[in-house]
Formats: sequence, structure tokens, C-alpha cells
Amino acid sequence: MNPVILVLVFIVASVVGYLIIRNVPSLLHTPLMSGMNALAGIIILGALVVVGLSDSEATGARLAGQVLGGLAVIGSIVNVVGGFGVTHRMLKMFDKKKKSGKS
Amino acid sequence: MSNTIYIVICVILSIAVLVGISLMSKVKTAVAGNLLSALSVFAGMVVTLLHYNIVSVWSIYLYILIGVLIGSVLAVRVKMIQMPQLVALLNGIGGIAAALVGILSLLGIGVPDGGYPAFERFTAMLAVVVGLVTFTGSMVAAGKLHKLLPQKPVILKNHEALLKISLVIMIGVILFSAFPIDNTFWIAVVLIVSIVVSSFFGYAFTIRVGGADMPITISLLISLSGVAGAIAGMALNDLLLVSVGGIVGASGLLLTQIMCRAMNRKLVDILTGKTSVAKPTTELPETEEKAEVTQETDAEILKSAKTAIIVPGYGMALAQAQLLVRQLADKLEANGTNVKYAIHPVAGRMPGHMNVLLAEADVPYEQLYEMEAINDQFVETDIVIVIGANDVINPAARDAKDTPIYGMPVLNVDHAREVFICNYDLNPGYAGVDNPLYKRNHGIHLLIGDAKDSLGRIIDQIGPGNPM
Repeated sequence: MNPVILVLVFIVASVVGYLIIRNVPSLLHTPLMSGMNALAGIIILGALVVVGLSDSEATGARLAGQVLGGLAVIGSIVNVVGGFGVTHRMLKMFDKKKKSGKS
Repeated sequence: MSNTIYIVICVILSIAVLVGISLMSKVKTAVAGNLLSALSVFAGMVVTLLHYNIVSVWSIYLYILIGVLIGSVLAVRVKMIQMPQLVALLNGIGGIAAALVGILSLLGIGVPDGGYPAFERFTAMLAVVVGLVTFTGSMVAAGKLHKLLPQKPVILKNHEALLKISLVIMIGVILFSAFPIDNTFWIAVVLIVSIVVSSFFGYAFTIRVGGADMPITISLLISLSGVAGAIAGMALNDLLLVSVGGIVGASGLLLTQIMCRAMNRKLVDILTGKTSVAKPTTELPETEEKAEVTQETDAEILKSAKTAIIVPGYGMALAQAQLLVRQLADKLEANGTNVKYAIHPVAGRMPGHMNVLLAEADVPYEQLYEMEAINDQFVETDIVIVIGANDVINPAARDAKDTPIYGMPVLNVDHAREVFICNYDLNPGYAGVDNPLYKRNHGIHLLIGDAKDSLGRIIDQIGPGNPM
């Protein structure tokens, strides 16, 4: 894909991402921060690609791809699962409280 | 999968992530937003496996399994009080993943053929540098929050010069990597230099930030880790990675700005360590000995109060006292006292940290007030009960110009008639500024020690309360 397109996509995504969160109640700053951290684990896609494609390369490159890329997959999955997991835990607590407040 | 379908799916998933983030910024829809974002990442993984025809590489599933196991254990086991350092730790792990992907792309291992080698090498090196800065920076932040590293800003010899030199070297290697290098030896040299220098930069840049500024630093590092992902995506020609990385980078930066505004700080000042360096405070005129307050009057004040505001801080989190705080509020309410909670935007170590803890104790959502909403009410409030908060109630922030917290909006606790302070000790808070409130000779009731014990004492004084 043309680098110009990729850079453009990056810029457009950044601008839209910047506009999307205008008014966040401070109550949600911590969950939002932790959710955003989980989303930053999107690097998992890159890790999957390098591990997957290096599998068909020569022995040395394959080994490096599996070891380093494997670490990258493990790390980014930890980031994604851990991140979304704790965010969910936090948000659940707000939910519970809302229900008990109504009753 | 055809290219058009792939691009369409990438657009849909990017929009899903955007919707997820915007849902997450409203209380009612936050859970759904989080699930939607998680689902989008999962769908993105499936699409990537299909698009690159790598579904059959079995080792991938092994790595994923290991990661899922570690991640779920962390998510389930961590205590709410340890949230900030967990986020920092996870962010660091994500950062090093981006750096590893960058290293492999630079070496040409597992890279889809994009046809723009200079651009790919350049972005790969950039991903290595940004990823490693994120990694060491997040690790230092996690270490500081977990008290493994000193809370006070650490300044190395020639700190500024070292940072500038590292920055120049980093830019140098990134530019250098855009040129075709055939010699493996030189690639290795450039790579090692970039790894060493960017790791050092991340360390040096975070170690200089004081503990009080850690929330902002973490938020910035999250943004950086999103950018690292997007850049790695450019090196790999991965559209979805570029777009989601960009979204996270930008919204993380905005969150950082929101926090800066709450603390009345400039990002540049924090990063250059300007506001964090605690100077010795000007000694405030010593007032006479604190009037000994007898237990009876304490109890009377507590019982006769019509209105009360509870101000929680990091000390409440440390002592795990949120349940006792709830009990105290119940006792007061049983006595006919109107109870509210005042939440400073940066109380605790992360914005919203207090809300999470109080939610754990089932404190009704309607009783929590943000600083702007409640600050004018302190004047007409009978009692204020401070639990482990210091910097956010320090009146010195209003007038002591040479202190690092000067200009930060604080809760007007000093305007209330009677103030009960349950703090661990009288030492300055995270920002290292003495609190003149402790020395006031009227209307201040200091309960020093573990917040749980102090709260227990207050609750005992109120007595059994009127039966409903």
C-alpha cells in the first residue's frame, strides 16, 4: 500500500480519535485510560503478521521470527486481555452501584 | 480475502473502535463500549490471520494461549488499589511488543512485501525507538507507583544534556535507517545503538517526573504506545493497525490534556521536570500549640453536624478503608447528617481512582460530587472528614508561589467549620509541600495513623446512632 495512504489514514484516524472524546466525566477517566491501554495492544495484529509470515522463511529468520515475534504476541495479548479485563471489572462496579441506588 | 473486502472490514472495525471509545465515555454505556472495543480487537485478529493466510501457523495459537492465561490472571487477581501500576505495566508490555515487531521488520523477517523499502525501514526503526521509550518509561512509572523506585524526581548529572544527546542520536538512527544498508554488521550496530539509547531515554525522561505527575505521564505513555503501534503498522503495511493505533494515540493525548487542565499544569513543564521539583517551602508563621480537643467535643461536633463532606484521597486507597468510609457515612446519615463526597479530579494516583474505590463500597453515585460542583459548599458545611488526602486539600496551592502545586485547584476544605483529618502522618504529601492546614489552631482535628483505625475511632464516637 502506498505510504502516503498509510500516513493519511493515520492522520484521519488521529483527528477523529481526538474529536471523539470531548466530555468525559472524571468518574470515567480511570476506566477510559485503562480501556485505551487495552486498545493500544492492537499491536497484536503486527505481531501476528510477523510470526505468521516468518514461518515460511529460512531457518535462522524463522527462529528469530518465532522467538521475538512469539514474545510480541504473548506481550500484546497480555496487554489486550489484562487491559479489557480490568476495565470490565471496574465498570461492573459502577453498574452494580447504579442498580442498588435505584432500588 | 480480496483487498476490497479487507479494506471495507478495516474501515468497519475502526469505526467500531471509535464507537466503543465514545460509548466508554458515558457512564450508562461504558460496559457495552468496553465489550465492543474488545470484540473489535478480536475480530481484527481473525481478519488479520485470514488476510495474510497464516491461519495454519499453529505456534500462533500457543503464544495466544500463554498470553491469555497471563492476562486473565492479572486482570482477575489485581487489587483495585494496584490499578495504576497495572495499567503502566501492561502499557510497557505493549510497548516492547511494538519494538519487537519493529526489530523484526527492520531485519526483513516476516514482512509482507510492500514495495517501499525506505519507508518501511524508516517506520520500523521509528517503531523500535517509540516502543522502547514506552517500555522503559512505563516500567519506571510502574516502579514509582509500586514504591520500588523513589517517588521524588531523580535528577541525573547533566540530565538535560543527556536527554538532548539521546534525542539527537535517536533521530540520527531513524534517518540513517531509511538508507539502504546491505551490511548485516552495520544493521546490527544501528539496531543496538537505537535499543540502548531509546531505552535510556524512556528511563531518564520518566525518572525525572515526580510521583504526583505520574497519572499524566502514564496517560501520555498510553498515547505513545498507540502511536508506536500505528508506526509499526506502517512498516508492515497493515491498514487496521495504522488506523486503530492512530485513534488510541490521539485520544490518549486528549485524555492527557484533560488531566493537565485538571491539575493546572503545562505538559511541557511536567516533561521537563519543572513543576515536579519540590523546593523547600516557605515556613508559614507558627501558630500557638494546637488546642487539645477533648473526646467529648469531638463526639458532640460529629453528632450535631447537619451537613458533612467526606474527602477521600490516596490514603483511603492505601488503607483499603473505603468500606469503613461507607459505614461512617451510614452512621452520620442515621444521625440525620446530610453526607456528600467531594472528589478532586486527581485524588489518588489516577483521575477517577476514588470513584472506582467508592463504587466498590457501594457508595451511591448521586452522593459523589466533582470539585467544581462542591467547592462553594464548603463554607456552609459543618464538618469535613478528610481521609488520606493531602495535596488536593492544601491551601498552599492558592498562595505559596514557589511550590510545585501552586496554581493547582484544590478543595476548599479550609473554609469549613470543623475539619477532621485522618492521615497517616503529618509529612508533606506526594508533591512534597507542607500543609499549613495542619498548623491551624481551631477547627482542626487531627487523627494520625492508619485510616482504618482513625475511622473506627470516629465511628465509635458517633455512637450507635438513632435506630431508624
